[in-house]
Order: sequence, then structure tokens, then C-alpha cells
Amino acid sequence: MPEVKEYTTPHKPTWCPGCGNFGMWEALKRALSQLDLDFNEFSVVWGIGCHGNGADFLRTQGFHALHGRSLPVASALSLTRPDLKVIVEMGDGDGYGLGMGHFIHSVRRNIDMTCIAHNNQIYGLTTGQASPTTEHLMRTVSTPGGVLEEPVNPLGLALAQGATFVARGFAGDIPHLTELYKQAIGHEGFALIDVFQPCVTWNKLNTFSWFRERVYNLEDEGHDPSDRRAAFELSLTTFHEMTCTPDECRVPIGVFYRDDEVPTYNEDATGAGDPGYHKATKPRDISDLIAAFG
Amino acid sequence: MPEQKTVATTGNSVVAEAFRQCAPDVVPAYPITPQTTIVEEFAKFVAQGRVHAEYVPVESEHSAMSACVGASAAGARVMTATSSQGLALMWEELHIASGMRLPIVMANANRALSAPINIHCDHSDVMGARDTGWVMLFAETAQEAYDNTIMSIPIAEDPEVLLPVMTCLDGFITTHSIDRVQLMDDESVSAFVGEYKPVNALLDLDNPVSHGSFAGLGGPYFEFKRSQREAIDRSKAVVERVGAAFSELSGRPFGLIETDMMDDAEVAVVVIGSTAGNVRHVAKQLRAEGVKAGLVKVRCFRPFPYAELAAALAGVKAVAVLDRAESFGAEGGPLYLETRSALYDAEHRPAVVNYVYGLGGSDVKLELIRSVFTDLSDIATGTPALHGPVYLGAR
Ligand SMILES: Cc1ncc(C[n+]2csc(CCOP(=O)(O)OP(=O)(O)O)c2C)c(N)n1
Ligand code: SF4
Ligand SMILES: [Mg+2]
Repeated sequence: MPEVKEYTTPHKPTWCPGCGNFGMWEALKRALSQLDLDFNEFSVVWGIGCHGNGADFLRTQGFHALHGRSLPVASALSLTRPDLKVIVEMGDGDGYGLGMGHFIHSVRRNIDMTCIAHNNQIYGLTTGQASPTTEHLMRTVSTPGGVLEEPVNPLGLALAQGATFVARGFAGDIPHLTELYKQAIGHEGFALIDVFQPCVTWNKLNTFSWFRERVYNLEDEGHDPSDRRAAFELSLTTFHEMTCTPDECRVPIGVFYRDDEVPTYNEDATGAGDPGYHKATKPRDISDLIAAFG
Repeated sequence: MPEQKTVATTGNSVVAEAFRQCAPDVVPAYPITPQTTIVEEFAKFVAQGRVHAEYVPVESEHSAMSACVGASAAGARVMTATSSQGLALMWEELHIASGMRLPIVMANANRALSAPINIHCDHSDVMGARDTGWVMLFAETAQEAYDNTIMSIPIAEDPEVLLPVMTCLDGFITTHSIDRVQLMDDESVSAFVGEYKPVNALLDLDNPVSHGSFAGLGGPYFEFKRSQREAIDRSKAVVERVGAAFSELSGRPFGLIETDMMDDAEVAVVVIGSTAGNVRHVAKQLRAEGVKAGLVKVRCFRPFPYAELAAALAGVKAVAVLDRAESFGAEGGPLYLETRSALYDAEHRPAVVNYVYGLGGSDVKLELIRSVFTDLSDIATGTPALHGPVYLGAR
């Protein structure tokens, strides 16, 4: 079993001291080690952003894709190398903004991969602009008058689109996050883990302490992860009111929903399942037509 | 001549100032290094009420240019800014903007393209867009970036032109370095750019029109393209005319090209953007050493000033063309190809060599420029010309 530290490269992380990416990095390394995944048994695809800089710090056979384009690269990887555990690390801007189309389509295809979203509710790398998950009315350098749009609801979108594993983690709770990662990697099909990853430099609202005061563990409150409606209901919990107190908005983390019975796209596309579209169609005889043109 | 205010600030900051002074109706944008602060500063102006514009922070550059197209078709004056992958992602829409003859003005912070990942200056992004039908102006300095931005509006909106204009400044070197810049007062800029009078605007409800309709299957697509070609050809005179008018107002000269020490030059360098400063510096040193060195800076790349460039190089023995972009598979970089083409009809054709330099922000040291002039002097005295492109300073 590779030890946790073996998943680390010699490159010292360039993230700001205290960044939530450190916790996510640590949790992933622990999960990989506990799942006993050797370096030729998994692969990670990163998007562009602070999260993507992790490509230099995690030892793996990785791919650093374009901004917003990690999911299509990972889809191809998963389909051509079904033996690999394919992991995507994407940003909230990266995956829910510029790459939103890929996100929805990857969910509905149920391609076998683990999609980890570093949701810091800001564009970190480009220094503090509003992202699709930035809270309504928050002022940032790109929205000095406040964000006008409602934030994207990634869990709700994924559930609505038939996702087979939907979870939420918090970078400030590494043991819990490690367990989530292990479950997600073990799940066959598309697994989304949206992780609150405080950006200590640019997001002064959704800080570690902001989350610590609000998060609670779904397992502790008896949530049934096979109940899709209950999961959807939970995904609608509005915690994003800027002024809401810890009592008013409690933020659930843990596994919202899980269904291990749905066949993956991998099985269907490789003929392992029994999809109708593999049935041969009879070619039409057009020799008369060809003859008519001499 | 109106009084101007001298400031010390970055290229991006004066481009944002020019945006404000041009008073666009709509500015849709998406952040990307090293463009980001142009739009951030503009967003601040909007929030402060210092400009009355609809500023739309969208979710991608494809959306940004799509929103530009929609707003411009509606009849608005539209500006935006981008860089590198952002410009690449706009690709489809760049053609829509020029094909629909929409006078959108966009600043581009010139930056390398992936892969491998790089955020520093070169011209791969903009040179990739050179055939998209946009008028393209390049700045050497923050001052020129400011001036070009202002001039882009009357060029784009000229009824003889009606084409989008890209105003390009070198990433980090010009966008982020602090430079001395003279700014015009708001009234002078306002009067200079005038009020936009859109033609065939969607919001002109009394004269309903459709934009973007199908023109294939024997429709007028081919003729459309010819009219686009005629428009960009006409834009050359407009770039010159607007440049002359702005010269009068600002006291700074603006040609399609700028020549320096070319009257009796025997060896010359043709270059675009901030590196012109390095070349000018070295050419002056060489002049002091008795070498007849000169510089030609191309300010307007589209439409390309073929005749002007050929005339500038008429008396020269050997010319080096410096390209900060590749045209993989071609004889050399894009500027080299144009320069060679410009010289084809010339009576006297100097030796022309091509150097690709500074890709991904690789350092353009003065010694490297000096080595180029040394090569040229050798060629001028009989050494066979190098077969390029030479990768200047590559390890
Ligand atoms: C097509 C394109 N547009 C813009 C950028 C510039 N860019 C790089 S990272 C980034 C946003 C990063 O935000 P997010 O995805 O949330 O990642 P974080 O840095 O917060 O981890 C942007 C806009 C780019 N690389 N490519
Ligand atoms: S800018 Fe924010 S997300 Fe990026 S490394 Fe720093 S703290 Fe982390
Ligand atoms: Mg982010």
C-alpha cells in the first residue's frame, strides 16, 4: 500500500498559506493510500485554476486540461481505460461556468469517474472575480456592484440530471472528506463531490469559520442516501443568504444520494450492457439509383 | 491642442481609461490574465457611475463575444477585452462580428497559447486571428495602447468600414509595466469618437431587419465576402485619416507603420509591438558605432500596409523580420510572410531573414537584437542569408 507521502511530488505547493486546497490534497492522498491504489491504477485530470496547480503536487499520471475542459478529457480516459480509477479535479468557475455544458452531459452519461469540485465560490487563480457559485449580491473585483445572479446549485443540477452519486464535502474536515472520496472512487458511474474549499485570499465571506459554524453531517441526522427526493430537497437548502446566521442556515455535508444499480455509459458503449442501439440496421439497396445515373 | 495630463500607470489601466472615455453602451467580458484588470477597472467606473454602460460579467469568452455581437446588432457601441485562450475560445464569434459588419472594439493582451501552459507574452493568440476579418492595431507602449483604443472607435464605426477592431498590447510587458502616459481630457475624446449612429440596428423598431440569416444555396454569401474584403481594404485609408486627425489633437504621430533611422539604413529590422523599443535602442547604439541600422514598426497589421513597408525598405540591403508567433509549416512567421509578399513587386529586393523570438515570454535581451543586426551586416557584405526561421535565443 503506497504511503500517503508517496503521493506527493517534490514540488512545494504554491497555494496561499491556509488555502482549502491543502485539506483537499491531503484527503485525496489519504483516500488513495487507504484504497491501496498504486500509481498505475488511477489517473487525475485537472482544469485550470488554483485547484489545477495541484497537477504539480500530486504524484500521478495526470493531465492538465484547458480551463473548463477536464471532464471531456476524463471521459475519454475512462472509456478507453476502464481499468483506471479516473478522477477529475475541477474548479467552480472551471466546471460550473465555462465547462458547465460538459458537466451536465457527463452527469447524464453516467461515465465512470469521480468528479471533485473545488468550490471556493470565487475565481482564485485570476485573483478574486465572482464565479458561478459566488453568493448573490457579494461584491468582488469583477462585480463591484454585487453579483446579480443566483448561484448555480451543482448538487441540484446533478440530481435533476440523474446523477448516481452526489455528495458534498468540506476542506476543513479531512477525515470526513477522505471517507467521501473513498466512497466516490468505489462507486461505478459518475460521482460528484462538491467540496467547500475556502479561498482565504479572495473569499472573505465563505471562510473556514463561516462553514464550521454551519456545516452538519447528514449521516448524523439519519438522511437516507437512497431517497432521491429527499436529496433533491436538501440540495435546495438555501444557505447562501449573505446575512443568514448559523441557526438560520445549516449546511449539510455528506452523501446526498447514491444508486449503484444504474449501468454506466462505459458498460453500454463497450457492449457490456444490452443497449438497443447495438442492433444492426439493414442497409438499403440503392443499386437501382446508381444504375439510373449510368 | 487640448492640454493633456501626464500619469505614470500601467497599460491596462490606461486602456480602461480609454474605454471609459469612449463611453460604450455595453461591455460583456470574462477575466483572463493578463487582460483582467482592464475590465476590472472599467467595472469599477461603472459602479462609481463614472460611465453609463451595461457591464455584463459573463461565464466564458464565447459568451462574451456572443453578447458583444447581440448588443452591437441591437445598435449599441460595444467594447470588450480578452487574451490568449479567451481569444481562441471566441473564434466562431470573431467571424460573426466581422461577417455581420459589427463595429465592436476589443483590446487583446497578447499572450501565448496552450499547450504547454504559459501566461506570458507572445503574439500566437492574435496572429491566429489575423484572417478573421478584424482590423488589427498593435501598440508598442502603454501610450499607444491608449491612443489606439480611442482611434479604434471612429475606425470601426466609419460608415465606409463598419468592421470590428482589435487593439493589441503585449501581455505583462505593456499591460502591467508602469509607463509614462499622456491622457486626453474626457471632452476631447468624446468629441473625437463622436456619437455612434448604427445602421440596420435591431432596436430600430420602425425599420425592422433580421441579422445573420442563411445566405447559402445560391444566396449572396460569396458577394457578402467580397464586400467584406472591400470594406477592410477601404479601412486602410480610414486608419490613416483617423491617425492624422488624432495626431493633430494629441501631437503624437500615427501611421500604418513607423520608421526610425530608415532614411539611409542599410540593415533594418521589421517588428511589431513592445520589442520595437528594444530594437530602437540597439539601432541607436549601432548608429553611434557607424552601422547604418534602422527600424520599421508595423502598427496596423490588418489591413497590412504592403506598399508602405516596401517603400520603407527600398534602400536597404538586408532585412530581419522578427516574429513573436509561429506559422507552423509556413516559410516563417506571419510578419515575415507579409513582408516577403510586400517586397515581391519591389524594384530592389533586399535579403530577408526571419527570426522567431520571445515565444511564451522568453526574454528578448538587447544582445539578441544586436546579434540580429550583426547577422544582417554580414549578409549585407556577402555572407549568404540564413534560412529561417531562426529561434532567437532558444536554449
Ligand atoms: C478560455 C479561458 N478563459 C479564461 C481563462 C483564465 N482563467 C484561468 S483560471 C480562471 C478561473 C479560475 O476559477 P476556478 O475555476 O473557480 O478555479 P480556482 O482558481 O478558484 O481554483 C480563469 C478565468 C482561461 N485559462 N481560459
Ligand atoms: S487564491 Fe485562494 S484558492 Fe488560490 S491558492 Fe490562494 S487561497 Fe487558495
Ligand atoms: Mg474557484
